[in-house]
Amino acid sequence: MAAIYSLYIINKSGGLIFYKDYGSAGRMDTNDSLRVASLWHSMHAISQQLSPVVGCSGIELLEADTFDLHCFQSLTGTKFFVVCEPGTQQMEGLLKAIYELYTDYVLKNPFYEMEMPIRKPS
Amino acid sequence: MAPLAPRSGDAIFASVERVNAELFTLTYGAIVRQLLTDLEEVEEVNKQLDQMGYNIGIRLVDEFLAKSNVSRCTDFKETAEVIAKVGFKMFLGVTASVSNWDADGTCCSIILEDNPLVDFVELPDTCQGLYYCNVLSGVIRGALEMVSMKTEVTWVRDMLRGDDAFELQVKLLKQVPEEYPYKDDE
Repeated sequence: MAAIYSLYIINKSGGLIFYKDYGSAGRMDTNDSLRVASLWHSMHAISQQLSPVVGCSGIELLEADTFDLHCFQSLTGTKFFVVCEPGTQQMEGLLKAIYELYTDYVLKNPFYEMEMPIRKPS
Repeated sequence: MAPLAPRSGDAIFASVERVNAELFTLTYGAIVRQLLTDLEEVEEVNKQLDQMGYNIGIRLVDEFLAKSNVSRCTDFKETAEVIAKVGFKMFLGVTASVSNWDADGTCCSIILEDNPLVDFVELPDTCQGLYYCNVLSGVIRGALEMVSMKTEVTWVRDMLRGDDAFELQVKLLKQVPEEYPYKDDE
C-alpha cells in the first residue's frame, strides 16, 4: 500500500502551523520541518511568478525519485502539502478532505488563534 | 483529476448538521441584550457586533471555500453573487439577491427578504440607533478580507427600523494581493 510520509500545513505568511510524520521514511526534527516549510513556501511563491501559464496558482505536484509532494493552496493562502511515496494516488482528494477537517476542528475552536501553530493534544 | 464542480447552496445546506432556528435566534438575541447591558452605548454595541462578525468571518470563509468548491471569482460581481446565493444559503438557509451595481462594478447591494436573526424581534425606542444584525456586515467584511479584498459594508435598509427588507451595501475598497518582501539592494 502506498504510504504517506508526512503532512505539513503552512499559514499564509509561510510559517509552519502543523507537521506530522507517518513512519520513519519522512521523519524530521523540528528545525528541519520548519526549514522544509519555509523552503516550500518560497518555492511555491517563486513558481507562481515564473510560470508561463497565465493565472497560475503555484506548484501542485513535485515528483522526485524517492518521493512525491502534493500541494493544495486554499484561496485564503493556507497551504496543505503531503510528502508521499512516488506514485501514490488520490492525494488531491486527501488534501481536500484535510482542508475540510481543518475548517472544522481548527477554525471552529474559538481558542485557536489564527495563523498560530495548531496545538495537538498529547 | 478533474476539478470538482461548485456545489449549490441548497445542497450544502441540506448536508450539514443544523440547529433549531429558534435556539439560534434566542442565542443571538441574548448576545445583543447582554452587549447592550454591558456597553450601554448603542454605537459601541454596533461596533462590537461588527467586530464579532469580523472574527466569525475570517474563520467562516475557509469552511465556505472547502464545502462549496467555488473557484477563484473573476470579478467582484461574481463574488457578490456567490456570497448571496451560496454563502447566505449555506449558513443561514436564506437566499439573498444582488442589485444596485454602480458603474465601476465595485459597489452593490445584497438584499435579504428573510432573516432568521430577527424572528420575533422588535426594537424599543431606547435602541433606535442599533443595527441589530450588524454581525452580518462584520462577517462579510472579515470573509472578504481573507481572500484579499478590503471592503466596507453598511446597512441601507433595516426591517427593524420600518423598511421592507434588509439591504447591505458592500463596497470594494481595494484588492490587496499577497505581497512578498523583496530586497531592493543587491
